[in-house]
Amino acid sequence: MTYRTLLGALAGAVLLGTFAANANAAEFMVVDDTIPASLTGKAGDPAAGKKTAINKKKGNCLACHVMPIPEEQFHGNIGPNLGEVGNTMSAAEMRIRLADPKLINPGTIMPAFLKPGTTRVLKKFEGKAILTPQEVEDVIAYLLTLKGDLPQ
Amino acid sequence: MRYKQIMMTAAGFLGIAIIVAACAQRGIPTGGDLKSGYFYSMPETQAMQWDTEANDWADFDNPGFIWVDQGAEQWDTINGEEGKSCAECHGEASSMAGVSTTYPKYNAEDGKLRALQDQITDCLVNRMKAEITKDWKWEGDLMLGMTAFVKLQSRGMPINVAIDGDAAPFYEEGKTFYNTRRGALDMSCANCHVDYPGSWARADLISNGLPNGYPTFRLKWQKFGSLHRRISGCNKNIRAEPYGRGSDEYTNLELYLASRANGVASEAPGVRR
Ligand code: HEC
Ligand code: HEC
Repeated sequence: MTYRTLLGALAGAVLLGTFAANANAAEFMVVDDTIPASLTGKAGDPAAGKKTAINKKKGNCLACHVMPIPEEQFHGNIGPNLGEVGNTMSAAEMRIRLADPKLINPGTIMPAFLKPGTTRVLKKFEGKAILTPQEVEDVIAYLLTLKGDLPQ
Repeated sequence: MRYKQIMMTAAGFLGIAIIVAACAQRGIPTGGDLKSGYFYSMPETQAMQWDTEANDWADFDNPGFIWVDQGAEQWDTINGEEGKSCAECHGEASSMAGVSTTYPKYNAEDGKLRALQDQITDCLVNRMKAEITKDWKWEGDLMLGMTAFVKLQSRGMPINVAIDGDAAPFYEEGKTFYNTRRGALDMSCANCHVDYPGSWARADLISNGLPNGYPTFRLKWQKFGSLHRRISGCNKNIRAEPYGRGSDEYTNLELYLASRANGVASEAPGVRR
C-alpha cells in the first residue's frame, strides 16, 4: 500500500463519516484518487446513462462537454471532449470525477453530482445531490462505450 | 482528444480576437483589459446595437430605445409635491455626461453604496417628493428608462468606479460574493467569467460578464432589463437562491463587476442574446 493509498483510505473513511450523517448524500470510498466500488452493486445501463447525460435537469453534460451525440445541437467546450473517454479512463476514475470532482481538482468548475451544494442552494434542491448513485452508474456505463469510433 | 480540445479553445479565442479587431476598426469604443459582452455576441445581436455601415450606434434598431424614450420624457416631466422635474435641478440631460460611469458610488450622507437607481430614487423621494409607483421600482419601465437615459449621456465613455477609501469595504464584499461558490451546482461567478470566457456553455459564448451594457434589451426576455435581473438569472442557472434586485448584496457585486470593467466603454442601452 502506497502512501497515497493510505491517505486515500483515510480520506475515504472521513468521507464515509461525513456522508453517513447526510441521508441524501451517497456514500463512497475513495482509494488512490478513484472510487473503485460500484455505488449500487447494480450494473449501469448505458442507454439510460446517455439520457441522463443529455437531460438538462440531470447530467446536462453537454453544457460543458462535446460528446458523440450529433442529434443534440450545441455542445459546450468548457471541459474536455469525451468522445474517447472510454479508452483513456477506468470506471473507478470516472466515478470520483462524477461523485465529487473537487477531490481531484479543488478549483474545477465541474459540479459534484453526488454531493449537495452548501451555500444558498435553491430551496427545492436543498440537501439533494444532482444525480442518484444509480444514475451515476448508468452514466459511467455509457462513458465506457465512448471509444472514439462514433461521429460527433 | 486533448489536441482537439486545445484547437477548439484556440479557435474560440482567435474568433474573438478577429471580432475585436474588426470592431476596433469599425470604431465601436473598446478599452479596458477585459472585453464588453458586445464582443462575445453574434453578429445579428451586435447589429442591433451598432451600425457597421454608418459607423455609429444603431439606435433605430435598438429596441431599448422604447424605454430610453420614456426616460427622456420623464426628464422634463414635473412629478411630485415639490412640482419639479429632473430638468429643473439638473438642466439639460447632457449635464449628466460622465456621471453614470462612476456608479455604484459611496454616498457620505447615508454611508451606503448607491447604484444609479438608488440615486434616482433619492431624487424622486427627497427632492421631488414624488411617489414611487410600480413603474419607478427597480425593474419598472420608467426606472429602467431613466437609468438608461442617464447612462446614454455617458455612452462611449470609460467606466470609472472608485474602489478605494469609503468604497473599499463594499468592493471587498462584492469581490467575496463573486468568488464564492454557491447553489446546487456549487459554482462562483469567477468559475465561468474568469476561468472560461471564450468557451461555449452549450449555445452561449461565455463573456467576461461585464455590466457596461446594462440596462440591456435581452432577446431571451424580449424586454429591457436591469443588471440585477441578469445576475439573478446567473444565480438561478446554478440553482442558487437569488438576492433581490436592488439588494445590498447585488449592489456591492455591481461595484465589483464595474471595477472589472474600469476603462471599458459604457454601452447602455445594450442588446444581448
Ligand atoms: C460546468 C461544466 C461541466 C459540467 C456540467 C460537466 N463537466 Fe465534466 N469536466 C469539466 C471540466 C472543466 C473538466 C476538466 C477537468 C477539471 O476541471 O478538473 C471535466 C472533466 C471531466 C472528465 C474527465 C475527462 C478527462 O479526460 O480528464 C469526465 C469523465 C467528465 N468531465 C464527465 C462529465 C459528465 C459525464 C458530466 C455530466 C454528467 C459532466 N462531466 C459535466 C466541466 C464540466
Ligand atoms: C455556469 C456558468 C456561469 C456562472 C457560474 C455565472 N455566469 Fe454569468 N453568464 C453566463 C453565461 C453563459 C452568460 C451569457 C453569455 C455572456 O454574456 O457571458 C452570462 C452572462 C452574464 C452577464 C451579462 C454580460 C453581458 O455583457 O451581457 C453578467 C453581468 C454576468 N453573467 C454576471 C455573473 C455573475 C455576477 C455571476 C455570479 C453571481 C455569474 N455571472 C455566474 C454563465 C455563468
